[in-house]
Amino acid sequence: MSEHSTYTPNNAVEKWFDDRLPVVRFAKEHLMDFPTPKNLNYFWTFGAILVMCLGIQIVTGIILAMHYTPNVAMAFDSVEHIRRDVNGGRMIQAFHAVGASMFFVALYIHIFRGMYYGSYKAPREILWILGVLIFLLTMATAFMGYVLPWGQMSGWAAQVITNIFSYIPIVGTPLLELLRGGFTVGNPTLNRFFSLHYLLPFVIAAVVALHIWALHVPGNNNPVGVDVKSSRDTVPFHPYYTMKDLFGMVLFLIPFVWFAFFAPDILGHPDNYVMYNSQVTPSHIVPEWYFLPFYAILRAIDFNFLFINSGLLGVIFFGASILILFFLPWLDTSKVRSGNFRPMFKWFFLIFLVNFIALTYLGAAPAEGIYVILAKICTAYYFIHFLVILPVLSRIETPAPLPTSISESVLGKAHA
Amino acid sequence: MFKTKIIIATVAALIGLGSVAQAQDHGSTPHIERQPWSFAGIFGTYDEHQLQRGFQVFREVCASCHSARLLAFRNLNEEGGPGFSEEQVKALAAEYEVADATAVDGVRPAVPADRWPSPFANDQEARDANGGALPPDFSVLAKARGVSDPFPTWAFNYFTGYQEGGPDYIHALLNGYHEEVPETAPEGFELPDGKYYNDYFPGHAIGMAPPIADGSVTYEPGEDGQTVPETLEQYSTDVAAFMMWTAEPHLAGRKQTGFVVLLFLVGFAALMWATKRKIWAGIEH
Repeated sequence: MSEHSTYTPNNAVEKWFDDRLPVVRFAKEHLMDFPTPKNLNYFWTFGAILVMCLGIQIVTGIILAMHYTPNVAMAFDSVEHIRRDVNGGRMIQAFHAVGASMFFVALYIHIFRGMYYGSYKAPREILWILGVLIFLLTMATAFMGYVLPWGQMSGWAAQVITNIFSYIPIVGTPLLELLRGGFTVGNPTLNRFFSLHYLLPFVIAAVVALHIWALHVPGNNNPVGVDVKSSRDTVPFHPYYTMKDLFGMVLFLIPFVWFAFFAPDILGHPDNYVMYNSQVTPSHIVPEWYFLPFYAILRAIDFNFLFINSGLLGVIFFGASILILFFLPWLDTSKVRSGNFRPMFKWFFLIFLVNFIALTYLGAAPAEGIYVILAKICTAYYFIHFLVILPVLSRIETPAPLPTSISESVLGKAHA
Repeated sequence: MFKTKIIIATVAALIGLGSVAQAQDHGSTPHIERQPWSFAGIFGTYDEHQLQRGFQVFREVCASCHSARLLAFRNLNEEGGPGFSEEQVKALAAEYEVADATAVDGVRPAVPADRWPSPFANDQEARDANGGALPPDFSVLAKARGVSDPFPTWAFNYFTGYQEGGPDYIHALLNGYHEEVPETAPEGFELPDGKYYNDYFPGHAIGMAPPIADGSVTYEPGEDGQTVPETLEQYSTDVAAFMMWTAEPHLAGRKQTGFVVLLFLVGFAALMWATKRKIWAGIEH
């Protein structure tokens, strides 16, 4: 897309600068004139919304770190100190805590948008893989951030999640001790989590840069999923999409501030207002809502299989539930990208979505009675969707006829 | 068409799951009623008089066992709180002694900047004085307790901003004592020595004896001669409100800022939408 440059320096100074560091040229080509399909819907604004979320988390996080004390005796009170005594602290803290949830709201919408419109298919496999990597890094960052306030849920989440690694054969125990910085969750755990929680967002930012780079090689996918054929199919990114994305961001901020100002604790758990005590186990240990589907999968595996015990098997399924996303481009081999033109896939996508929401629900439900069975069924379906349904669908499904170009589909819609 | 189907299917699935959740309820714990808190809802703020009464209950009753280590005397005359004057807070603080290694004898009278002095030097001392049970700190206790609602209710909570589960629970707990183990107790329930039966406490055996009863605190009549009933119901409501304030002293200011931000964003979004439409007007998309 950048073969024919749209930038010509206006004067000698710009030319001199451009010959040495073409950053203005880069900005003009990639942030302003970048040809973008003109039929993108509002689901496509979530990429920009996610960049905003990352920005909010980094800025609020840096300020919080100026007042936070990563020490088991002081961490809990220091977070309260930020809320009570630091100027503007309760807003910054609320934005950071609520921001984590909103980040995942946007992340899940972005991922499911990619799944429905086949944005992972050639030539965008690397783009998708980088996205899954960002998802993984964000989960790790969010988890470590959740530990920092050192409440009951923080400490016990650290306990339960690090414990998962101990089921890995041979390296399990050394790995567990490395993660915790000792035999139990304690001050070294809190310190290394704080350090990594500060580091990882910048790693995420770097992978985001690669993600956008990988996006700018083939250009955006779009709701009809056919490639851009001519310049009639596209509009320049600026002002069309800068404006639309900005509008999307402002819209997204409305529920964001609703939670931050009117219900800052509703997304958390009351137990996290009790300081961590390794001697008192909370009656229900639940992770934050955005981990629930994967937590449900982890808990659903409570049986041994051959020589593999249930602990290790749970870890395998837990890991596989995320790692399988890396292989999605090769599991769904249908040439048609957009779900709009795949009459069967459309429904299976919907079932997958409902199944995922059900897993979220089951992750928060107590592991007893009907929930155990339901969690097993939903876990099985999660994997069946990827390993059986998608490959089979690709072979047996007859896709609806595709429009020849984006312009044609746009005009067809306008005159229908 | 497709979108409508998605919504219907999702809602149906959620309702299905919700009814499952409701099926398993704890028979021995009665439902906790929501109280009409002045600070509930998006327009809610604390009632100054209620906080003053709650503070009185805390000071005369609760504070003999419960600490509130994050509460500073100065908080008591901050905006949105009980509304004591600076002089009153200074005088109040001076009645208390706080540990200070740099002072003669290691203690000095408190000043408004000091935190509320704890009744016991450490957890062990607190346990020893309370039959082995540790009276929890009051600082954020109102936010550390909650009421878990069944399915459709908790989903609505996100839209109503219901955050009063803590005070609701505290109010219920204070009114939930029984002199003898009632018939509603779980089968085979035996009350351990030194414990008390409470409807709402998890496990029902609570270490705290019924802390207040009708008439245990004397409320001063207001300037206009109005009086407030001196009943357990009234005390528990007042102290729960006070504890919510202790946990969230800047609630009123937070909501006030929220309104400004929200109104700005809605207006800004409308302008952005108009601009976006104008820019896209010539493009078929």
